[in-house]
Amino acid sequence: MNRVLLIQLGLLARRSFLRTLRQPATIIPSVLFPLLLLGVNAGGLDSVTKLPGFPADSYLQFAFAIPFIQGTLFAAISAGTDLALDIETGFLNRLSLTPTHPAAILLGQLAGTVALAMLQGSVFVLVGLIAGIQIEAGILGAVLLVLMMALLALGFGGIGALLALRTGSGEAVQGVFPLLFVGLFLSSLNLPRDLIQTDWFRTVATLNPLSYMIEGLRSLIITGWDAQALGTGLAVAFGLAIIGLSLSSAALSQRIART
Amino acid sequence: MNVRSFMSVARAVAWRQLHNFVTSPPLLLPSIVFPLFFLLAFGGGLSSVGDVPGFNFPSGYTAFQFVWSLLQTAAFGGVFTGFSIAMDYESGFARRLMLAVPNRVGIVAGYAIAGVVRALITGTVLFSVALLSGMNVDGNGIHLAGLITLALVLNVAATLFGTGVALRIRSMQAGPLMQMPVFLTLFLVPVWVPLELLTGWIRSVASVNPVTAILGAGRAFISGQPSGSGMAFAVVAGLVAVFGVWALTGLRRAERAG
Repeated sequence: MNRVLLIQLGLLARRSFLRTLRQPATIIPSVLFPLLLLGVNAGGLDSVTKLPGFPADSYLQFAFAIPFIQGTLFAAISAGTDLALDIETGFLNRLSLTPTHPAAILLGQLAGTVALAMLQGSVFVLVGLIAGIQIEAGILGAVLLVLMMALLALGFGGIGALLALRTGSGEAVQGVFPLLFVGLFLSSLNLPRDLIQTDWFRTVATLNPLSYMIEGLRSLIITGWDAQALGTGLAVAFGLAIIGLSLSSAALSQRIART
Repeated sequence: MNVRSFMSVARAVAWRQLHNFVTSPPLLLPSIVFPLFFLLAFGGGLSSVGDVPGFNFPSGYTAFQFVWSLLQTAAFGGVFTGFSIAMDYESGFARRLMLAVPNRVGIVAGYAIAGVVRALITGTVLFSVALLSGMNVDGNGIHLAGLITLALVLNVAATLFGTGVALRIRSMQAGPLMQMPVFLTLFLVPVWVPLELLTGWIRSVASVNPVTAILGAGRAFISGQPSGSGMAFAVVAGLVAVFGVWALTGLRRAERAG
């Protein structure tokens, strides 16, 4: 039984990954866009490093965690949109009439998203090193950055799948995801929380789980091995993955039951 | 007679566009929410940037960011108008419209008028929220009129750019071609700090980006110390002229395509 599940999972993951690879219009912006924004931010906000208490000498170094989060959001949009397309074209209905295990359907789809995120993460690390970024946690830290990105992609991908399964519409998935980008901006994305002067913004950033994910990733780059920041970031990322997978698998069961 | 038909076409197209905009939440809400979000995220989240040595904007960081958000609203209003034209082509409405009207330049004018009214609506909401959040406005009525005029002329330029792209591609696939250049142009300016505080390649790019002159003049208007306004108005007028030709040649191309 487990072997069959693994074969099904492998086949569907391969399909998901190849499908993503065959869409350069999906991959290229999801890699280029975060890097472009990083370049713009780094040049535009470098003078912020002169603020007393700013934790890095270079804004590029400080902001280098941002593409990892943005990249996972792009990967998750792709996951949600692809699953919605499977619903719109009837592929999911046909698949659900076969003996394929529902877990294979969901995890297979998300495996493609995770693979895309790892590809993005590796490119980001490579470009960062070329640009002169020094990852304080070393090579292991760079590997952990990519793995954390994969974990986040699993979580956000789960949310993308949930949206796709609930709405059955790629347009709806694409329409809701900008809200996550809004959530990203309302976090400690651009400045450390203790340097945010506006009270309401600092409160929102403190309540926003995305702040802890960013701070966890950022700690590997600018601090080294900071157990508290990293532990909190990993806990939030695992929590997101568990919530995303639980909700999307419940939504898949409902959709299959309807079929 | 020609002027009457032009006006009647422009009015009808503008009315339809605005009716769709106001009665369709998927069109209305993003136009209002995104500029507000940028204002809150940048004006609120980055307010300590105002304490950076060398940052001497007299009206405070919210006013500094507001001008960029207003210009962003105006420019993206134009891009969204381009989207509407592309959607009209996908639905077949635009082709029927081209067959029905005696003066097709009136179609472009109608879209441009709708774009301006749309920018006025979203700009008013943005201004109100900025004032409620405690933004300082040190400029007088004339300065504010200058700022609003700059934003509206930029909106016309962006509408003409979007129209030119939409009339050439005649499909929603033109979306990224309209959005990306405007997005990049708007971010490759001194968004968060004055030009003097930018570093590296972005400073070089921002120095030659025409939107930098518009942004600088807008910020000077809101702080009540106008400077560079002649250059800024010359730049927006130039953009309208260039993109006007771009839109009209796009219209001719669409006519030839049938």
